[in-house]
Amino acid sequence: MSEAGQQGSPHWFDDEAGPVVRPYAMTRGRTSSASRHRLDLIALVVTEPAADDPGRDQTLAPEHVEIVELCSETPQSIAELAAGLDLPVGVVRVLVGDLVEDELVHVTRPVPPAELPDESILREVINGLRAL
Amino acid sequence: MVFGRSSRKKRPVEPVTLKILVAGGFGVGKTTLVGAVSEIRPLRTEEALTEAGRPVDDTAGVESKKTTTVAMDFGRITLREDLVLYLFGTPGQDRFWFLWDELAQGALGAVVLADTRRLEDCFAGIDYFERRGIPFAVAVNCFDGAARYPAETVRTALDLDEGVPLLLCDARDRETVKEVLIAVVEHALARSADRRQTATT
Repeated sequence: MSEAGQQGSPHWFDDEAGPVVRPYAMTRGRTSSASRHRLDLIALVVTEPAADDPGRDQTLAPEHVEIVELCSETPQSIAELAAGLDLPVGVVRVLVGDLVEDELVHVTRPVPPAELPDESILREVINGLRAL
Repeated sequence: MVFGRSSRKKRPVEPVTLKILVAGGFGVGKTTLVGAVSEIRPLRTEEALTEAGRPVDDTAGVESKKTTTVAMDFGRITLREDLVLYLFGTPGQDRFWFLWDELAQGALGAVVLADTRRLEDCFAGIDYFERRGIPFAVAVNCFDGAARYPAETVRTALDLDEGVPLLLCDARDRETVKEVLIAVVEHALARSADRRQTATT
Protein backbone atom coordinates (compact mmCIF):
# COMPACT_ATOMS: atom_id res chain seq x y z
CA MET A 1 0.00 0.00 0.00
CA SER A 2 1.42 3.37 -0.94
CA GLU A 3 1.64 6.19 1.55
CA ALA A 4 -0.83 8.19 -0.44
CA GLY A 5 -3.31 5.36 -0.04
CA GLN A 6 -2.81 5.26 3.70
CA GLN A 7 -3.60 8.91 3.94
CA GLY A 8 -6.95 8.05 2.50
CA SER A 9 -6.72 10.17 -0.61
CA PRO A 10 -9.05 8.85 -3.29
CA HIS A 11 -6.41 7.87 -5.81
CA TRP A 12 -6.23 4.50 -7.40
CA PHE A 13 -3.07 3.20 -8.91
CA ASP A 14 -2.35 0.42 -11.35
CA ASP A 15 -4.64 -2.56 -10.96
CA GLU A 16 -6.66 -0.92 -8.23
CA ALA A 17 -8.11 1.39 -10.83
CA GLY A 18 -9.64 -1.57 -12.65
CA PRO A 19 -9.10 -2.53 -16.27
CA VAL A 20 -8.09 0.31 -18.55
CA VAL A 21 -10.77 -0.67 -21.03
CA ARG A 22 -14.06 -1.83 -19.59
CA PRO A 23 -14.70 -5.35 -20.87
CA TYR A 24 -17.99 -4.61 -22.57
CA ALA A 25 -16.51 -1.62 -24.36
CA MET A 26 -14.92 -4.21 -26.64
CA THR A 27 -18.37 -5.36 -27.63
CA ARG A 28 -19.60 -1.79 -28.05
CA GLY A 29 -21.87 -2.32 -25.11
CA ARG A 30 -23.58 -5.42 -26.45
CA THR A 31 -24.14 -8.17 -23.91
CA SER A 32 -25.54 -10.73 -26.31
CA SER A 33 -24.87 -11.58 -29.91
CA ALA A 34 -27.22 -11.87 -32.82
CA SER A 35 -26.81 -15.62 -33.11
CA ARG A 36 -29.71 -17.54 -31.72
CA HIS A 37 -27.79 -20.06 -29.69
CA ARG A 38 -26.09 -19.26 -26.45
CA LEU A 39 -22.62 -20.62 -26.90
CA ASP A 40 -21.73 -23.34 -24.47
CA LEU A 41 -18.52 -23.03 -22.47
CA ILE A 42 -17.16 -26.12 -24.18
CA ALA A 43 -18.34 -25.23 -27.66
CA LEU A 44 -15.29 -25.19 -29.92
CA VAL A 45 -14.50 -22.28 -32.19
CA VAL A 46 -13.14 -23.51 -35.52
CA THR A 47 -11.77 -21.13 -38.12
CA GLU A 48 -13.14 -21.11 -41.66
CA PRO A 49 -10.88 -20.96 -44.72
CA ALA A 50 -11.87 -17.32 -45.15
CA ALA A 51 -10.14 -16.55 -41.86
CA ASP A 52 -6.71 -17.34 -43.27
CA ASP A 53 -6.31 -13.66 -43.87
CA PRO A 54 -8.15 -11.91 -41.04
CA GLY A 55 -6.44 -8.61 -41.79
CA ARG A 56 -8.54 -8.13 -44.88
CA ASP A 57 -11.63 -7.39 -42.82
CA GLN A 58 -11.15 -3.85 -41.59
CA THR A 59 -14.15 -3.96 -39.27
CA LEU A 60 -12.52 -6.48 -36.96
CA ALA A 61 -11.31 -5.35 -33.56
CA PRO A 62 -7.92 -6.54 -32.29
CA GLU A 63 -9.74 -8.97 -29.98
CA HIS A 64 -11.53 -10.52 -32.96
CA VAL A 65 -8.23 -11.01 -34.74
CA GLU A 66 -6.74 -12.49 -31.60
CA ILE A 67 -9.55 -15.03 -31.34
CA VAL A 68 -9.09 -16.05 -34.97
CA GLU A 69 -5.37 -16.43 -34.45
CA LEU A 70 -5.78 -18.50 -31.29
CA CYS A 71 -8.23 -20.83 -33.02
CA SER A 72 -6.43 -21.23 -36.32
CA GLU A 73 -3.86 -23.60 -34.83
CA THR A 74 -6.24 -25.76 -32.85
CA PRO A 75 -9.92 -25.17 -32.18
CA GLN A 76 -10.44 -23.56 -28.79
CA SER A 77 -13.40 -23.74 -26.45
CA ILE A 78 -15.22 -20.61 -25.33
CA ALA A 79 -13.88 -21.19 -21.81
CA GLU A 80 -10.29 -21.46 -23.05
CA LEU A 81 -10.63 -18.31 -25.10
CA ALA A 82 -11.98 -16.41 -22.11
CA ALA A 83 -9.08 -17.57 -19.97
CA GLY A 84 -6.52 -16.98 -22.71
CA LEU A 85 -7.70 -13.48 -23.51
CA ASP A 86 -8.45 -12.70 -19.87
CA LEU A 87 -11.95 -11.56 -20.80
CA PRO A 88 -15.30 -12.41 -19.21
CA VAL A 89 -17.10 -15.29 -20.89
CA GLY A 90 -19.94 -12.97 -21.84
CA VAL A 91 -17.61 -10.74 -23.83
CA VAL A 92 -16.07 -13.69 -25.64
CA ARG A 93 -19.53 -14.96 -26.57
CA VAL A 94 -20.37 -11.65 -28.23
CA LEU A 95 -17.06 -11.45 -30.08
CA VAL A 96 -17.31 -15.03 -31.31
CA GLY A 97 -20.88 -14.32 -32.37
CA ASP A 98 -19.56 -11.50 -34.57
CA LEU A 99 -17.04 -13.83 -36.17
CA VAL A 100 -19.72 -16.45 -36.82
CA GLU A 101 -21.80 -13.82 -38.53
CA ASP A 102 -18.83 -12.79 -40.67
CA GLU A 103 -18.37 -16.47 -41.53
CA LEU A 104 -14.80 -16.42 -40.33
CA VAL A 105 -15.41 -19.17 -37.78
CA HIS A 106 -18.01 -21.74 -36.95
CA VAL A 107 -18.82 -23.19 -33.59
CA THR A 108 -19.32 -26.87 -32.79
CA ARG A 109 -22.42 -27.85 -30.90
CA PRO A 110 -21.54 -30.00 -27.91
CA VAL A 111 -23.52 -33.15 -27.24
CA PRO A 112 -27.16 -32.08 -27.02
CA PRO A 113 -27.99 -31.28 -23.41
CA ALA A 114 -31.28 -33.16 -23.42
CA GLU A 115 -29.61 -36.51 -23.84
CA LEU A 116 -26.50 -37.94 -22.35
CA PRO A 117 -23.82 -38.81 -24.86
CA ASP A 118 -24.43 -42.24 -26.27
CA GLU A 119 -22.99 -45.29 -24.64
CA SER A 120 -20.24 -45.84 -27.15
CA ILE A 121 -18.85 -42.39 -26.39
CA LEU A 122 -19.01 -43.08 -22.65
CA ARG A 123 -17.06 -46.29 -23.19
CA GLU A 124 -14.47 -44.42 -25.19
CA VAL A 125 -14.13 -41.89 -22.40
CA ILE A 126 -13.57 -44.66 -19.86
CA ASN A 127 -10.96 -46.30 -22.09
CA GLY A 128 -9.30 -42.96 -22.70
CA LEU A 129 -9.10 -42.21 -18.98
CA ARG A 130 -7.67 -45.66 -18.22
CA ALA A 131 -4.99 -45.10 -20.84
CA LEU A 132 -3.87 -41.76 -19.42
CA MET B 1 -17.20 -26.70 -54.92
CA VAL B 2 -13.93 -25.28 -56.05
CA PHE B 3 -10.90 -26.22 -54.05
CA GLY B 4 -8.79 -23.14 -53.94
CA ARG B 5 -6.44 -21.93 -51.33
CA SER B 6 -8.71 -23.25 -48.62
CA SER B 7 -7.27 -26.71 -49.12
CA ARG B 8 -3.77 -25.38 -48.80
CA LYS B 9 -3.87 -25.80 -45.06
CA LYS B 10 -5.03 -28.96 -43.37
CA ARG B 11 -8.30 -28.22 -41.64
CA PRO B 12 -8.15 -29.15 -37.96
CA VAL B 13 -10.20 -32.06 -36.64
CA GLU B 14 -13.26 -31.06 -34.71
CA PRO B 15 -13.30 -33.09 -31.53
CA VAL B 16 -16.35 -34.03 -29.54
CA THR B 17 -16.20 -32.09 -26.27
CA LEU B 18 -17.59 -33.33 -22.98
CA LYS B 19 -17.54 -31.96 -19.49
CA ILE B 20 -17.52 -33.24 -15.95
CA LEU B 21 -18.22 -30.91 -13.06
CA VAL B 22 -16.32 -30.88 -9.80
CA ALA B 23 -18.38 -29.59 -6.88
CA GLY B 24 -17.70 -29.31 -3.19
CA GLY B 25 -17.22 -26.82 -0.41
CA PHE B 26 -14.74 -23.99 -0.35
CA GLY B 27 -11.16 -25.17 0.03
CA VAL B 28 -11.95 -28.84 -0.35
CA GLY B 29 -9.48 -29.24 -3.20
CA LYS B 30 -11.53 -28.85 -6.38
CA THR B 31 -8.86 -26.98 -8.28
CA THR B 32 -6.20 -29.35 -6.99
CA LEU B 33 -8.20 -32.28 -8.30
CA VAL B 34 -8.63 -30.63 -11.69
CA GLY B 35 -4.91 -29.86 -11.80
CA ALA B 36 -3.97 -33.45 -10.98
CA VAL B 37 -5.33 -34.78 -14.26
CA SER B 38 -5.48 -31.75 -16.54
CA GLU B 39 -2.95 -31.47 -19.34
CA ILE B 40 -2.98 -27.73 -18.88
CA ARG B 41 -2.48 -25.78 -15.70
CA PRO B 42 -6.04 -25.12 -14.46
CA LEU B 43 -7.31 -22.00 -16.17
CA ARG B 44 -9.54 -19.45 -14.63
CA THR B 45 -12.41 -17.84 -16.41
CA GLU B 46 -14.76 -15.25 -15.07
CA GLU B 47 -18.42 -14.78 -15.65
CA ALA B 48 -20.04 -11.43 -15.00
CA LEU B 49 -22.88 -11.69 -12.55
CA THR B 50 -25.04 -9.48 -14.72
CA GLU B 51 -25.58 -12.43 -17.01
CA ALA B 52 -27.82 -13.93 -14.36
CA GLY B 53 -30.82 -11.94 -15.30
CA ARG B 54 -30.42 -8.23 -15.66
CA PRO B 55 -30.67 -7.94 -19.41
CA VAL B 56 -29.41 -4.47 -20.14
CA ASP B 57 -27.00 -2.63 -17.94
CA ASP B 58 -23.64 -4.05 -17.17
CA THR B 59 -22.47 -2.68 -13.87
CA ALA B 60 -19.46 -4.94 -13.57
CA GLY B 61 -16.63 -3.07 -11.98
CA VAL B 62 -18.80 -0.32 -10.59
CA GLU B 63 -19.51 -2.05 -7.33
CA SER B 64 -16.83 -3.96 -5.53
CA LYS B 65 -15.24 -6.19 -8.13
CA LYS B 66 -15.33 -9.31 -6.02
CA THR B 67 -19.09 -9.36 -5.90
CA THR B 68 -19.68 -8.88 -9.60
CA THR B 69 -17.68 -11.64 -11.13
CA VAL B 70 -17.37 -15.26 -10.27
CA ALA B 71 -14.42 -17.40 -11.21
CA MET B 72 -14.49 -20.94 -12.48
CA ASP B 73 -11.39 -23.05 -12.72
CA PHE B 74 -11.18 -25.64 -15.41
CA GLY B 75 -8.84 -28.12 -16.98
CA ARG B 76 -8.66 -30.18 -20.15
CA ILE B 77 -7.90 -33.81 -20.93
CA THR B 78 -7.44 -34.76 -24.56
CA LEU B 79 -8.47 -38.40 -24.57
CA ARG B 80 -8.05 -38.75 -28.29
CA GLU B 81 -7.54 -36.39 -31.14
CA ASP B 82 -11.29 -36.28 -31.57
CA LEU B 83 -12.43 -36.57 -27.94
CA VAL B 84 -11.75 -33.89 -25.35
CA LEU B 85 -12.92 -33.86 -21.75
CA TYR B 86 -13.16 -30.63 -19.77
CA LEU B 87 -13.32 -30.51 -16.00
CA PHE B 88 -15.01 -27.53 -14.39
CA GLY B 89 -14.71 -26.65 -10.74
CA THR B 90 -18.05 -25.15 -9.73
CA PRO B 91 -18.08 -21.97 -7.69
CA GLY B 92 -18.57 -23.02 -4.10
CA GLN B 93 -20.96 -20.38 -2.89
CA ASP B 94 -24.67 -21.09 -3.01
CA ARG B 95 -25.48 -17.72 -4.46
CA PHE B 96 -23.89 -18.80 -7.70
CA TRP B 97 -26.44 -21.52 -8.37
CA PHE B 98 -27.36 -19.93 -11.67
CA LEU B 99 -23.89 -20.68 -12.94
CA TRP B 100 -24.25 -24.29 -11.96
CA ASP B 101 -27.28 -24.52 -14.20
CA GLU B 102 -25.28 -23.39 -17.16
CA LEU B 103 -22.39 -25.66 -16.29
CA ALA B 104 -24.63 -28.64 -15.63
CA GLN B 105 -26.31 -28.39 -19.01
CA GLY B 106 -24.97 -31.20 -21.11
CA ALA B 107 -22.58 -32.38 -18.41
CA LEU B 108 -21.63 -36.01 -18.61
CA GLY B 109 -21.54 -36.28 -14.84
CA ALA B 110 -20.12 -34.76 -11.70
CA VAL B 111 -17.74 -35.34 -8.85
CA VAL B 112 -18.74 -34.17 -5.40
CA LEU B 113 -15.58 -33.72 -3.43
CA ALA B 114 -16.01 -34.12 0.32
CA ASP B 115 -13.90 -33.40 3.37
CA THR B 116 -14.87 -35.54 6.35
CA ARG B 117 -14.08 -32.66 8.69
CA ARG B 118 -16.75 -30.55 7.00
CA LEU B 119 -19.04 -33.08 5.48
CA GLU B 120 -22.00 -30.72 5.45
CA ASP B 121 -20.25 -28.58 2.82
CA CYS B 122 -20.99 -31.12 0.14
CA PHE B 123 -24.70 -31.59 0.89
CA ALA B 124 -25.66 -28.81 -1.49
CA GLY B 125 -23.81 -30.43 -4.36
CA ILE B 126 -25.28 -33.87 -3.76
CA ASP B 127 -28.74 -32.38 -3.49
CA TYR B 128 -28.30 -30.44 -6.70
CA PHE B 129 -27.18 -33.36 -8.84
CA GLU B 130 -29.76 -35.73 -7.35
CA ARG B 131 -32.60 -33.38 -8.16
CA ARG B 132 -31.42 -32.83 -11.70
CA GLY B 133 -30.70 -36.47 -12.37
CA ILE B 134 -27.06 -35.86 -13.20
CA PRO B 135 -24.90 -38.92 -12.53
CA PHE B 136 -22.32 -38.20 -9.86
CA ALA B 137 -19.80 -39.89 -7.62
CA VAL B 138 -18.69 -38.74 -4.18
CA ALA B 139 -14.95 -38.57 -3.64
CA VAL B 140 -13.67 -38.15 -0.09
CA ASN B 141 -10.48 -36.14 -0.20
CA CYS B 142 -8.18 -37.72 2.36
CA PHE B 143 -6.24 -34.75 3.61
CA ASP B 144 -3.12 -35.45 5.58
CA GLY B 145 -4.07 -35.53 9.19
CA ALA B 146 -7.79 -35.63 8.58
CA ALA B 147 -9.54 -38.32 10.53
CA ARG B 148 -10.21 -41.26 8.19
CA TYR B 149 -13.53 -42.95 8.23
CA PRO B 150 -14.51 -46.13 6.46
CA ALA B 151 -16.34 -45.44 3.21
CA GLU B 152 -19.50 -47.03 4.56
CA THR B 153 -19.64 -44.63 7.49
CA VAL B 154 -19.39 -41.67 5.14
CA ARG B 155 -22.01 -43.17 2.85
CA THR B 156 -24.43 -43.51 5.73
CA ALA B 157 -23.69 -40.01 6.94
CA LEU B 158 -24.45 -38.64 3.48
CA ASP B 159 -27.49 -40.87 3.03
CA LEU B 160 -26.39 -41.75 -0.49
CA ASP B 161 -28.44 -43.86 -2.84
CA GLU B 162 -27.06 -47.33 -3.24
CA GLY B 163 -25.89 -46.91 -6.79
CA VAL B 164 -23.88 -43.75 -6.19
CA PRO B 165 -20.17 -44.55 -6.16
CA LEU B 166 -18.19 -43.36 -3.16
CA LEU B 167 -14.42 -43.38 -3.29
CA LEU B 168 -11.57 -42.27 -1.12
CA CYS B 169 -9.06 -40.21 -3.02
CA ASP B 170 -6.16 -37.84 -2.77
CA ALA B 171 -6.95 -34.82 -4.92
CA ARG B 172 -3.24 -34.32 -5.59
CA ASP B 173 -2.73 -37.82 -6.89
CA ARG B 174 -3.33 -38.35 -10.58
CA GLU B 175 -4.05 -42.06 -10.27
CA THR B 176 -6.73 -41.79 -7.61
CA VAL B 177 -8.33 -38.86 -9.42
CA LYS B 178 -8.41 -40.93 -12.60
CA GLU B 179 -10.23 -43.65 -10.64
CA VAL B 180 -12.78 -41.11 -9.48
CA LEU B 181 -13.45 -39.87 -13.00
CA ILE B 182 -13.74 -43.41 -14.33
CA ALA B 183 -16.24 -44.17 -11.56
CA VAL B 184 -18.36 -41.18 -12.62
CA VAL B 185 -18.44 -42.22 -16.27
CA GLU B 186 -19.10 -45.87 -15.42
CA HIS B 187 -21.97 -44.75 -13.24
CA ALA B 188 -23.33 -42.63 -16.10
CA LEU B 189 -23.02 -45.62 -18.41
CA ALA B 190 -24.84 -47.93 -15.99
CA ARG B 191 -27.63 -45.40 -15.57
CA SER B 192 -27.95 -44.99 -19.29
CA ALA B 193 -28.17 -48.77 -19.74
CA ASP B 194 -30.83 -48.96 -16.99
CA ARG B 195 -32.87 -46.31 -18.66
CA ARG B 196 -32.73 -48.04 -21.99
CA GLN B 197 -33.89 -51.27 -20.39
CA THR B 198 -36.87 -49.69 -18.69
CA ALA B 199 -37.75 -48.00 -21.93
CA THR B 200 -37.87 -51.26 -23.87
CA THR B 201 -39.79 -53.30 -21.31
